[in-house]
Amino acid sequence: MEIRELIGALVTLMGSIFIFLGGLGIVRMPDLFNRIQAGTKASTLGTILSLIGLSIINPAWIWKLLVIVFFVLITNPVSSNVISRAAHFRGTKMTDKTVTDLLGESQNKTKEE
Amino acid sequence: MVNSILFAAGVLMALGILLALIRFIKGPDVTDRTIAFDVMTVASISVIALIAHFAGRIIYMDVALVYGLLSFLSVVVIGRYIERGL
Repeated sequence: MEIRELIGALVTLMGSIFIFLGGLGIVRMPDLFNRIQAGTKASTLGTILSLIGLSIINPAWIWKLLVIVFFVLITNPVSSNVISRAAHFRGTKMTDKTVTDLLGESQNKTKEE
Repeated sequence: MVNSILFAAGVLMALGILLALIRFIKGPDVTDRTIAFDVMTVASISVIALIAHFAGRIIYMDVALVYGLLSFLSVVVIGRYIERGL
């Protein structure tokens, strides 16, 4: 009984560490696309871990928490993809260390043809 | 023991939301602000879940679900509007 609640609390603590790192990445990254990658990915994993930890503590709530986990897992990549496409279309500057830009290359190729 | 660990987790989540709020205020472009908003709402889903655990009411989970749904909808609408206009 006690061990199960302790494991759930530790999983929730791990998720909150990931959420904190997502916030740190969204402040410190040099570029919009790096910020999207750091913030969205880390906060998705953190939310999933903390909800799973709460469902370990309270086993009666597991179905509702699993619905929210499924929903976050589906919708968060979609929203980050929409925002990054819009920013690329808008001509947001990338950082100087960028190596490749596949979406811009494919758009240039379609324009030339 | 369990409740103090969960309280520390809540403090860390609040710090993450505060850091995203710094980017939301400072962000040089509208897309930076939208991403900061997205991170803030996704982090507050788990804060609402923690509040539901402390209050002992499962009905707050419905609040978290609707909150996430509205945030997803608003982010997608803002992205479409930036890309090609409504």
